[in-house]
Amino acid sequence: MYIAIVNYNMGNIKSVENAFRKIGAEIKVTSDPEVINSSSAIVLPGVGAFKDAINNLKDLKLLDVIKENINKKLFLGICLGMQLLYEYSMEDGKSRGLGVLKGFVGKIPSVVKVPHMGWNQIKIINKNNKLFSDIDNGENFYFIHSYHIIPENRNVISSVTDYGIEIVSSIEKGNIYGFQFHPEKSSTIGLKILNNFWKLVKENS
Amino acid sequence: MITKRIIPCLDVNKGRVVKGVSFINLKDAGDPVELAAYYDKQGADEIVFLDITASHEKRKTIIELASKTAEKVFIPYTIGGGISEIEDIREILKKGADKVSINTAAVENPSLIEKSSKIFGSQCIVVAVDAKYRENDFWEVYIHGGRTPTGKNVTDWVAEVEQLGAGEILLTSMDRDGTKDGYDIELTSAVTSAVNIPVIASGGAGNLEHLRDVIKLANADAVLVASIFHYGEYTVRQAKEFLKSEGINIRI
Repeated sequence: MYIAIVNYNMGNIKSVENAFRKIGAEIKVTSDPEVINSSSAIVLPGVGAFKDAINNLKDLKLLDVIKENINKKLFLGICLGMQLLYEYSMEDGKSRGLGVLKGFVGKIPSVVKVPHMGWNQIKIINKNNKLFSDIDNGENFYFIHSYHIIPENRNVISSVTDYGIEIVSSIEKGNIYGFQFHPEKSSTIGLKILNNFWKLVKENS
Repeated sequence: MITKRIIPCLDVNKGRVVKGVSFINLKDAGDPVELAAYYDKQGADEIVFLDITASHEKRKTIIELASKTAEKVFIPYTIGGGISEIEDIREILKKGADKVSINTAAVENPSLIEKSSKIFGSQCIVVAVDAKYRENDFWEVYIHGGRTPTGKNVTDWVAEVEQLGAGEILLTSMDRDGTKDGYDIELTSAVTSAVNIPVIASGGAGNLEHLRDVIKLANADAVLVASIFHYGEYTVRQAKEFLKSEGINIRI
């Protein structure tokens, strides 16, 4: 039993790895399709440009591997790792995403400061979300992003964040979880969320 | 709504914290990683490391710092100090740093901002700006650790770096740095009015009212704090509780 943390040469992979190590989770940081196929759960981290991320996944032949695995096991996408699940992004010209979820990724409008950077509160909409177990409504998490998701179906939204405009801060659909914020950089409270994910992995295995 | 950030800043030379840090309850108060972890526990929102190592070892020490910090500190941290190469930025971010701050190299080679923000994303490219008052509404940008004037007007320069892709400005008032007379409200206001990216105010913090003033009056998004924390005059928690009591949105 282990979580496969997908290594596709984008930023923050090391931080996600360190955070899961800190909570004592069994992990493998990998770009090997076999290791991903045999895992109990997948974490897709990611900071950087959307197009580069998709191209890296393509070069590593991981696009199909992720698509094939995503409905079979627990999946957590963090920041760009969540955005990649959508149909397309407006970043740097329109580029196609994995299309696992309906909707797109748009630029945060410049009526507010861009990037959205710093600690902001989440308003939990889906109280049954297991990753928010023991997490209070209004708790602060660390955000750092210039693009945000616009889901077609609002049922997937598990929390939102007020930044002058509404930011979808997390989603849940079946076994797929996604965070716009960075639990791996959100101190004790962030580690708690990752621990909730690890607990879920253990329960499901 | 987004909270205002309190950011302790550590100067690091050859892997050790410089400037007196007088905590007695730390095993090794000269260890930047241990200090950063201590500030994380106190509730710091981010950490900034300024590496001032001046030797051929610099690249190695700075990358080592990025790597060791990532293992023990679970809040965002920025590393700055003489960074001028894309490959160094790549390595520092890969080790787990969230942002790099670029100062002299940004002025000498503005395309570095453009290239690095395209590759790694604007959000991890901080441009550090050292500014000194000249006359009227003119603050001049300095480089090489405040030794070399550039002739650039700070408000023009920050607008330019925003256009080039910088995700944040770390603004230091050379007139106030080290004085404890408070942040430069006028300079900070001029910069927050000139750009639509977050601005960290730096230089001059002597008490907690100074933090409040630059946030409330100049709309700084974050404050950089060094000596009043390092010498134990205030804890991060005290600072945050004070700012919260003043009606500022703060993460406690």
